[in-house]
Amino acid sequence: MQNHEQINRLKNTVQEILDEAVKQGASAAEAGLSQENGLSVSVRLGDVETIEHHCDQGLGVTVYFGKRKGSASTSDLSAASIKETVSAACSIARYTSEDEYSGLPEKELLATEFPDLELNHPWDIGVDGAIALAIECEDAARSYHEEISNSEGASVDTHQGVRVMGNTLGFLQGYASTRHSLSCSVLGQRGDSMQRDYWYTVARNARDLESAADVGKKAAERTLRRLQARSLSTRQCPVMYCAETASGLLGSFIGAISGGNLYRKSSFLLNALDTQVFPEFVRIHELPYLKGALGSCTYDGEGVAPQTRDIVSEGILRGYVLSTYSARKLGMRSTGNAGGVHNLTIDPGKLDYQGMLKELNTGLLVTELMGQGVNMVTGDYSRGAAGFWVENGVIQYPVEEITIAGNLKDMLKNIVAVGNDVDYRGNIRTGSILVERMSIAGE
Amino acid sequence: MEILNLARQAILTPAGLQDSDIEKIMGRLLSSPVDAADIYFQSTHFESWVMEGGIIKEGTHNIEQGAGVRAVFGEKTGFAYSDRIELPVLLEAANNVKAIVRQGREADPLQCKVSMKTADWPKYYATQNPLKSLADQQKIDLLHRVDSETRKLDSRIEEVIVSLIGVHEHVLVARQDGSLVADVRPLVRMNVTVIVEQNGQREQGSMGGGGRSDYSYFIDKDTALAYGREAVRQALVNLEAVEAPAGNMTVVLGSGWPGILLHEAIGHGLEGDFNRKGTSAFSGRVGERVASDLCTVVDDGTLAGRRGSLTIDDEGTPTEKTVLIENGILKGYMQDQLNARLMGVKPTGNGRRESYAHLPMPRMTNTYMLPGRHDPEEIIKSVKNGLYAKNFGGGQVDITSGKFVFSASEAYLIENGKITRAVKGATLIGNGPEVLTKVSMVGSDLELDSGVGTCGKDGQSVPVGVGQPTLKIDGLTVGGTSV
Repeated sequence: MQNHEQINRLKNTVQEILDEAVKQGASAAEAGLSQENGLSVSVRLGDVETIEHHCDQGLGVTVYFGKRKGSASTSDLSAASIKETVSAACSIARYTSEDEYSGLPEKELLATEFPDLELNHPWDIGVDGAIALAIECEDAARSYHEEISNSEGASVDTHQGVRVMGNTLGFLQGYASTRHSLSCSVLGQRGDSMQRDYWYTVARNARDLESAADVGKKAAERTLRRLQARSLSTRQCPVMYCAETASGLLGSFIGAISGGNLYRKSSFLLNALDTQVFPEFVRIHELPYLKGALGSCTYDGEGVAPQTRDIVSEGILRGYVLSTYSARKLGMRSTGNAGGVHNLTIDPGKLDYQGMLKELNTGLLVTELMGQGVNMVTGDYSRGAAGFWVENGVIQYPVEEITIAGNLKDMLKNIVAVGNDVDYRGNIRTGSILVERMSIAGE
Repeated sequence: MEILNLARQAILTPAGLQDSDIEKIMGRLLSSPVDAADIYFQSTHFESWVMEGGIIKEGTHNIEQGAGVRAVFGEKTGFAYSDRIELPVLLEAANNVKAIVRQGREADPLQCKVSMKTADWPKYYATQNPLKSLADQQKIDLLHRVDSETRKLDSRIEEVIVSLIGVHEHVLVARQDGSLVADVRPLVRMNVTVIVEQNGQREQGSMGGGGRSDYSYFIDKDTALAYGREAVRQALVNLEAVEAPAGNMTVVLGSGWPGILLHEAIGHGLEGDFNRKGTSAFSGRVGERVASDLCTVVDDGTLAGRRGSLTIDDEGTPTEKTVLIENGILKGYMQDQLNARLMGVKPTGNGRRESYAHLPMPRMTNTYMLPGRHDPEEIIKSVKNGLYAKNFGGGQVDITSGKFVFSASEAYLIENGKITRAVKGATLIGNGPEVLTKVSMVGSDLELDSGVGTCGKDGQSVPVGVGQPTLKIDGLTVGGTSV
């Protein structure tokens, strides 16, 4: 197979890079190579807008001289440039300090099994096929309703890439993967109110994408339901995060239990291990070996084997999210999370979306968040929001130009329910999440 | 000519490419009846150094180079790029992108004569490589000095993180009219973050800056050590902060970086692409009142040494000082070549791209409001109850609904005309086309930010600047927890 040849070629190059680093005096080294090709096509108002041919490659190398470290990277993979890049990394290691925690992972933690996770599904759609699909998608949105007044267009993206990494402990692995997506964004107008919203679908295998008609229709529906949004008066009330915004909430939690923030003491969850962080019904786990999923992998950014494990069970924090370095700083071992978590999943509850609205009863449904507004050190949280005001479990009207605020520590503890309306489009898989009470600021 | 030769030497010479090769690629692009075409060559050297926990923990060096080939036909754009600056690769890319013409009307091929012309413009920064402006050991010594001097400032300091970044970029743009233009762009940035602890409570403060300059920027005038002092001051203020108020109130914004208000509330909404497509809340509103008559806002890429400044934009258009709002009236939009042509106006030198691997689009440079006549103290005195927001984190805008946010990282209550207690950070939210109509006082103290801004649009990041004098806004929603 063509990929095998490409992977083998890149493996040879990575081995040469590691050999070169050792030749230049490094006591240990790690290198990663990637090559990616892609096509992006966008259409707007029924006609082609852009056709982009992507072709990316990159090399990153980290060298260790004892406990001193240097890194360098380049997009130029010529032999001369590779040598220069290794030299640059070695030169930097002359100036960095001895750091007793630095170095390659413990050998026994490196991945040794590499099952086929079915991440590679090339999509032979071609430029014409992609244009036709994008036009179908945008047409579905524009013809959905007369209040759909304008369009930012629809686009089809397909990417295929190969990644190889190796280190001087003898680790040398590579894999091919694909990622395809279809998205649509349209505007609606009613009176003076103009709104825009979008929908997208993404998958490793094009077969798993939502249909173009569905993506267009959802984009239109989401735009229309926002028209004539108003602000709310300042108040406190329950807040339901829809599945797409709930993943951001869990993302902040993951940030707080990530090694970098913990050893820098810049987390609101310092010393929270083995304590109650969520209510008892919450279980959050990692599923790195799921076939065909977006966050799957057989080794992390350092070659360490990722773990199928509970991060939270019975609401208690069971583990951190650590790379080799941050683990050593904390006197612990890597959890295989150099580069992040893998298919982080919160167990869905019994309620579907409608059931969650009933459970919310009267309060705010948040469907969009704006700005950063999260202080990782204190957990203080204040973000711009848009969504819907809900009474007795029924959506009343769209709202915007409001903020929601609280402290993440309290918000996580005061989660009332997790829905089974799971959004599978990212590396964090969650249904909607209901938080007991937050402060809303508005007009 | 000097800059052009530097760029040629940095990009074309190592690749073994001649001007005649560029003509071949351009000839290939123009063999179909395109409206516009360009080839963008880029070579970027980047380094970063990080000091943390009292040691030099990390250093990285990065070299990125490549070329992007673009053909435009009506509203359609074909684009391809490669990390390999090689004639056969770029000819193939040209073949791919000119196929965009196939996606529309048929027309006779234009008769194109490619003859390379050159041009030079006023320079707003030096061409020297900032990475070489200090020896590596001197960079290390600088970081050590900032770290140790900062740690001495207060016993409550738990951690100090200092980073130093340098970029040296060569850019060469070949355009369909036969012109070949170049720019050599330096950029440096330093940042100091401190974490303080008092009675088990932690807070952080952060300060940084830089510009299109070299590392001497941080050594002259004690700049680097001042970042450390400011980061500590902010962290200690936040230790004392109480809950922020929630609701709509009078807000006084400090001068300088709070100008992110202008970037989010009106800047993005005035970019040409959104207005050509009619998707911005500001679409079709040139000549209308969008701000109080105290407000004049410009986008200015011509300020010497500023982070957002450019001699030429990424399409080879010289940058300008573009008036966006004059005495409250909307004057015009920021344009790149494509959107200017389609809207029948002049390009304003705002065509920017993150790299050769990205398509250019209208982007801001340095966006700021001109000073007014009020003394800043007088502005505070005029407020009975409100919020004084002195420093900010990032922001975001929905250009269609006009709603924007920006997050205060240092703020105080104003009670009876006096600044009283510090409050915790909070997000402020408002409506872009409306917020500047509520500006009732403009200070005389125009200040530009220290050089930390990075703007994201469609996944592309570019360095930008903002600025403003002290402003009083009669009503903005403050997202605190104290209801």
